[in-house]
Amino acid sequence: MKLTLHIWRQADANSSGAFRTYELNDVSEHMSFLEMLDVLNEKLITDGEEPVSFDHDCREGICGACSMMINGQAHGPDRKTTTCQLHMRKFKSGDHIWIEPWRANAFPVIRDLVVDRTAFDRIMQAGGFVSVNTGNAPDANANMIPKQNADLAFDAATCIGCGACVAACKNASAMLFVSAKVSQYALLPQGQPEKKQRVQKMLAQMDQEGFGGCTNTNECEAACPAGISVDNIARLNREFVSAVLTSAD
Amino acid sequence: MSLPSSKIPNGPIAEKWTRHKNDLKLVAPNNKRKYDILVVGTGLAGASAAASLAELGYNVKAFCFQDSARRAHSIAAQGGINAAKNYPNDGDSVWRLFYDTVKGGDYRAREANVHRLAEVSANIIDQCVAQGVPFARDYGGLLANRTFGGAQVSRTFYARGQTGQQLLLGAYSALMRQVNKGKVKLYSRREMIDLVQVDGAARGIIVRNLTNGKLERYSGHAVLLCTGGYGNVYYLSTNAMGCNVTAAWRCYKRGAYFANPCYTQIHPTCIPVSGDYQSKLTLMSESLRNDGRVWVPKRDDDRRRPQEIPDNERDYYLERRYPAFGNMVPRDVASRAAKERCDAGFGIGETGRAVYLDFGRAIQEQGKAAIEAKYGNLFHMYRKITDENPYEVPMKIYPAVHYTMGGLWVDYNLQSTIPGLYVLGEANFSDHGANRLGASALMQGLADGYFVAPYTVGDHLASTKLEKVDTDHGAFGEIENEAQAKIDRLLSIQGSRSVDSFHRELGIAMWDYCGMARNADGLREAIEKIQKIRWEFWENVRVTGSGGQLNQELEKAGRVADFLEFGELLAKDALAREESCGGHFREEHQTAENEAKRDDDNFCHVAAWEYKEDAEPVRHQEQLVFENVKLTQRSYK
Ligand SMILES: Cc1cc2nc3c(=O)[nH]c(=O)nc-3n(C[C@H](O)[C@H](O)[C@H](O)COP(=O)(O)OP(=O)(O)OC[C@H]3O[C@@H](n4cnc5c(N)ncnc54)[C@H](O)[C@@H]3O)c2cc1C
Ligand code: FES
Repeated sequence: MKLTLHIWRQADANSSGAFRTYELNDVSEHMSFLEMLDVLNEKLITDGEEPVSFDHDCREGICGACSMMINGQAHGPDRKTTTCQLHMRKFKSGDHIWIEPWRANAFPVIRDLVVDRTAFDRIMQAGGFVSVNTGNAPDANANMIPKQNADLAFDAATCIGCGACVAACKNASAMLFVSAKVSQYALLPQGQPEKKQRVQKMLAQMDQEGFGGCTNTNECEAACPAGISVDNIARLNREFVSAVLTSAD
Repeated sequence: MSLPSSKIPNGPIAEKWTRHKNDLKLVAPNNKRKYDILVVGTGLAGASAAASLAELGYNVKAFCFQDSARRAHSIAAQGGINAAKNYPNDGDSVWRLFYDTVKGGDYRAREANVHRLAEVSANIIDQCVAQGVPFARDYGGLLANRTFGGAQVSRTFYARGQTGQQLLLGAYSALMRQVNKGKVKLYSRREMIDLVQVDGAARGIIVRNLTNGKLERYSGHAVLLCTGGYGNVYYLSTNAMGCNVTAAWRCYKRGAYFANPCYTQIHPTCIPVSGDYQSKLTLMSESLRNDGRVWVPKRDDDRRRPQEIPDNERDYYLERRYPAFGNMVPRDVASRAAKERCDAGFGIGETGRAVYLDFGRAIQEQGKAAIEAKYGNLFHMYRKITDENPYEVPMKIYPAVHYTMGGLWVDYNLQSTIPGLYVLGEANFSDHGANRLGASALMQGLADGYFVAPYTVGDHLASTKLEKVDTDHGAFGEIENEAQAKIDRLLSIQGSRSVDSFHRELGIAMWDYCGMARNADGLREAIEKIQKIRWEFWENVRVTGSGGQLNQELEKAGRVADFLEFGELLAKDALAREESCGGHFREEHQTAENEAKRDDDNFCHVAAWEYKEDAEPVRHQEQLVFENVKLTQRSYK
């Protein structure tokens, strides 16, 4: 198929960027979206131009590296699908495709489609862990965990940290990301001792990084390639209220 | 230099590790903060080591080339992690896990290392659960298990088809906790490009800051290489795009020996190759063989759709050839069996290079919901990629490069031939012999990082006099200049071919001659081809952009340049090993039934290669001694 691509090009964090237009003629419908960009890059290199930079690694939808707005949608038109798992059969010959980086103050552009997502790491550092040192663990079956809770915790834990939720949100809120981690631990006995500090510290860090607040538009859930549910945000809110009400300090 | 001692402790196998721990020197708690440790890589091995060392009090710096430590390739592991817990009460034990792993590795691993791995396996599961890793559970709330290849017990713990993700996020969370405490400093988007030694010991690294292109120096008292495997020397593999041999290769060129590079694992169940533009191959987890049955049509000209071929006209060739293990034979055996059927003309699909993996019977017996609960995300992924629904039509699969058992040589302490340079996880060679059993890489990565290196690194620090070295030491300047010169050279060639085109060409040569079956003529041809490709690369590659920016072409060029040297060593190792064992199948050495034929008299050893500038590398041998397991022809019949 034939495609017209409008791609955001930006030399570095300090430069201003702009869309540039490229034509591609032999795109196979079996290609993944990133393979289509590989083909474009191969062509650019042959023509002596600099290829488009984009983050990617596993190309299996699990590492969370790939990250682009495709026609205004985070990871493109396919639900529950990362850009690397999106296939060109979702497009048709003659289509124009607009490709941009994630847009959020907390995710500054580094180059072209590559953004800096270390803010997510810092939110995790604030409380996204259980304080257990290596070698201190009791037998794994010492705690029985009802299957239902284990399954819900697992569902929350499958967040891939790509940032699509932030990119899709008009407030650039990281609430879905934070709530997924808070929920995972809230649902497990291992997460109980630190639950009050965890939710407060992670939210404080989220604010400090410049992410916006949540106004329940649910765009995050629609954009999430891992299918993280907004129920987690409701759980986070309950955790937060109970932490604030019962905290002595 | 001859090969240093493997430092395997004396005594009965079950007591070696305990005794050894008692003999290791300790660093006093208040002295630990005087030591800086550089951990390169934040996969299961690196993240677990960095966090555990920081908990002990050392100052740790952790590096990875991705934008976040959480994205290391371990994240993609699907099926599960082994541990000798015997929760199902089906007769498992440390001994059995040890035995299965030694046998699965076709008797080419060190007994003592494997036994230690089996011993600590149970602690790993405890540790992960304590961190909040949500493993699969049964209705009673207890942990669930599944079966993996090469075993007749259920000892594999899993988190749906995303076990690697959950384990890595657990280790990552432990790492983040230490960052928060100030004990670990994280350096993401950094690529290690060389090792710095002072007085013969590893004392620092040179990294390229991938965001701004600057070279940076870091000094420390020990360096831990946890940089993963080299499967991408084949270009197409199930590995993530960034997986590379660079850090290990540069250390090799600085004096670390490279062991058994020819031991590569071809995984039997991957989505087949479909087009030239293809950038990677996707694994369909081995766990699928618990319920999926592998078959091809009995007639080689059968063009009917799979649903139309009745059961008695299907050849379930694994069940036919290996009745005891059936679809659960180890990977090397299953891969070769698929190749054998396809070579004989029974392959299916457009290219004839695929076989069916069929869930029809499992869905009939257990219901669709049960299958979905076990493998939902894998089925979803398969459908995304192929546009076919595996709940209705059997999957099409074919073997693909997946894992590398070879790696830098290490002794029992995981120390390489360079003092102070430790190698953990897939980057070392130590535990899987010539073939790794499924669900054992995650186990090994975490064993090395949580339970081995934290003890053994301390021994080195406590027993070696290490002068204070900082980054203005002359050794850093020298190595940095060399690194810069290499980058400048890559940028100055300005030829006409892209980096990827060379990588692809190398990959084809590797797959054709050093893949599932190898022979002497082919390997010699491969060596010649690789040399030619390498020569052209340095004449004709085009690396766009500059060195002072985020430049993904330059990153790839450095990695491909190293693969082009490494590939040749892999082929040489395969040529020198005149036997078949595990994943290394030499056509000249097979039994009448086409199974791998080992030569224990002449090759029951580890081959460790020493780099020589402008000369052929030297092949050293570490004899493998089996005191507990009897060497036999591996049989899964
Ligand atoms: C698709 C797939 C599925 C798998 N499923 C299973 C399974 O179910 N069970 C199982 O046991 N095993 C499985 N494996 C194997 C297993 O995942 C790996 O062997 C294991 O995760 C490797 O861990 P590691 O820590 O050694 O390296 P990795 O996880 O590969 O981490 C390497 C780290 O090193 C860093 N790095 C690399 N080079 C450099 C450099 N030059 N400079 C700086 N940093 C660098 C990277 O950034 C990364 O952080 C699977 C593998 C694949 C490909
Ligand atoms: S590249 Fe890993 S999720 Fe897309």
